[in-house]
Amino acid sequence: MDIFLTYALAFALAVPLGTLIARVFSAPASRLTSRLLRLTGVDASRPMNWRQYGAALLGTNALIGVVAFLLYALQGGLPLNPDGIPNLRWDTALHTAASFITNTNQQHYSGQSGLSYLSQMLGITALQFITPAVGMAALFAVLRGLKGESNVGNYFLDVTRAIGLLIPASFVLALLLTSQGVPSTFGGATTATLLESQMVESEAVSTQIIPVGPVAAMVAIKQLGTNGGGWYGPNSSVPLENPTPLSNLFQMVGIIVFPVALVFAAGLFLRRRRFGVALIGVMSVMSAALTLGAVLSERQPNAALAGLAAVGGNLEGKEVRFGPDATALWGAITTQTSNGSVNGMLDSFNPLGGLVPQLGMFLNDVYGGIGVGLINMLVFVILTVFIAGLMVGRTPELFGRKIETREIKLASLIILLQPLLVLGFTAAALAFSTVTANSNPGFHGLSQVLYEYNSAYANNGSGFEGLGDNTPWWNVTCAVVLILARFLPILGPLAIAGYLAQKKAAPETSGTLRVDTPVFAGMLLSVMLLLQLLNFAPALVLGPVAEQLSLNTPPAVSSTGAIK
Amino acid sequence: MTTSDQTQSAETPSLPQPGPGSWLRFSLFWLVACGLAYPVVTTLTAGALFPAQANGSLITRGGQVVGSALIGQTFTGDRYFIGRPSAAGAGYDPVNASGSNLAPSNPALRERVAATSAEIAAREGVPASRIPADLVTASGGGLDPHISPAGAAVQVARIARVRGLPEERVRELIAANTQAGVLGLGQPGVNVLRLNLALDAGQ
Repeated sequence: MDIFLTYALAFALAVPLGTLIARVFSAPASRLTSRLLRLTGVDASRPMNWRQYGAALLGTNALIGVVAFLLYALQGGLPLNPDGIPNLRWDTALHTAASFITNTNQQHYSGQSGLSYLSQMLGITALQFITPAVGMAALFAVLRGLKGESNVGNYFLDVTRAIGLLIPASFVLALLLTSQGVPSTFGGATTATLLESQMVESEAVSTQIIPVGPVAAMVAIKQLGTNGGGWYGPNSSVPLENPTPLSNLFQMVGIIVFPVALVFAAGLFLRRRRFGVALIGVMSVMSAALTLGAVLSERQPNAALAGLAAVGGNLEGKEVRFGPDATALWGAITTQTSNGSVNGMLDSFNPLGGLVPQLGMFLNDVYGGIGVGLINMLVFVILTVFIAGLMVGRTPELFGRKIETREIKLASLIILLQPLLVLGFTAAALAFSTVTANSNPGFHGLSQVLYEYNSAYANNGSGFEGLGDNTPWWNVTCAVVLILARFLPILGPLAIAGYLAQKKAAPETSGTLRVDTPVFAGMLLSVMLLLQLLNFAPALVLGPVAEQLSLNTPPAVSSTGAIK
Repeated sequence: MTTSDQTQSAETPSLPQPGPGSWLRFSLFWLVACGLAYPVVTTLTAGALFPAQANGSLITRGGQVVGSALIGQTFTGDRYFIGRPSAAGAGYDPVNASGSNLAPSNPALRERVAATSAEIAAREGVPASRIPADLVTASGGGLDPHISPAGAAVQVARIARVRGLPEERVRELIAANTQAGVLGLGQPGVNVLRLNLALDAGQ
């Protein structure tokens, strides 16, 4: 039921939302927007070419990243810090800034106790709006290039339009979530008196601190903006962050609604609805397959319970109110969309269930992060056009414009970047095993390391959270992966679109390779699966697949050993 | 083709664009609008519409806050229904919310489950094969307020015996404190804190 309702509701909302988005990005700037932008010194009616657009994107992001870094690194002495939370260490601050400026929300600082209110609001919540808006802006710039407009739009206007869509949507979702029990207050934590006092290190403890705060406002944009970074450490598995099965549904729909809507919007914006539908079809086939895999896996018992409890689905790291289905579904869609929030602990998924999020992030464009997921997909469209063109012996073209060496070189480099960074750093971390700080031995230890870099590259932010990742090694290497994996796959396609826009368009004839047919969709699907998954097959065989095979005999009760 | 009239030009003449000063002003504007204005307006509105939920769904007894309906507590005594194992601090500590993060292949998980399973089997007098999985597994955040209806049923005999209540009465209280998702969403759960409060109130 969770599965059906999530997809049904998300698609029902995505069609009108996509129409709205396409209209907003086609219309001229409203008077209010123009006036607002003029205050910051921007002329909204002045279009940019792709180089100027890319420069403005990089420039503003760099500035925001520096501001965020300074906020975290100096928060101890800044206002709005009632609990006297100290500065973040330099490497943690660097990683956190890189993580939030790239729409990733990978968190290496300790849960809800690591940041002051000021850092939380200006440094986290604000970036959770700005970064998806940047992704959406970049997508429309690329689409304009593909339409043949060599002025790809005004960066500042596009970001403003996107934030203007995200704010009201988040406001509504925040109210819905509060109705279910997500806290919304600026008051401090409440201390409750326990029914039964509890012995902690041979001292009786009779109270429980219930931390609250402006949680709902943040959780709403965390989901709608494919952000994923939660208020509480264990994210949406904490009942205060996700209290009921209904709040769980709202959040799951929130996770995928914008990514799905953007694909519809792109079809309308390009005036090629069938192309949009073909892309949605390809994405949905992959999405359904991944979700099915996760659900089937988590319905299986946890091997560690064999003979020790009644046979049932895997509940380690899962909440009773959600159960295996809704948790597996969440795990699947949160990694398809680059969101990265969780409502259960992925580290304790059955091995093949834990493989699904890894696959979702390797693909990283099954709906994908806001804007950037579809951009990734378009890179594969270009490659597929090229490969298909070679197969039938025609000049490869997309929307009438020739795809030539320069474009293919760029597209190939973008695709090669992923295995290079993910596998390269995984190998480096494993080679110096003292840096990894695994919580689990054996094959699963390898999966933990691979997952961390995979999540960083996909700008996802979920994790096999047992990893002791708040160390200079993890912080610095992940920051490098985060930044390269965010900006190169935006700037590369922007350049491709810019180059294509300068080419003369040939009229489409009966000989043109059509990109909106089921045949092309099937071709696209195979190219994506071959290119993206084969790169990672060996690592996956050594990690989750080997772990699954080793579980066929339940492990003996013995002391833990570190990964060798 | 809609844009076949596009001329082929080397690069469109570029209009001068605003520089770093505008980048900074633009960035600061949105940092403040999204980081201060949005959370303040949203939080105050939500708090006004749903005051009980907005403050953490607190439960009071005799004027004293005894917990949140959304957060479990550690129970060990025979007089109470017992919740799931918790990896949050010393158990059900919201400030240290956490899952175990132990993989199914991790021997440490099997050791922990074996210990819990033996404990429950002894306490409730049931074989391991009748212990529902939720009672031996830690939840995602370590704060799960629920156990499964089967997890409550297994404890009925003990509660009835210790409290001197008919088993039927205990089952009624379980039913009254079972929460199910609307529209068949999620799974039904018995709220352990509410159930234990109801037991106390009934005596």
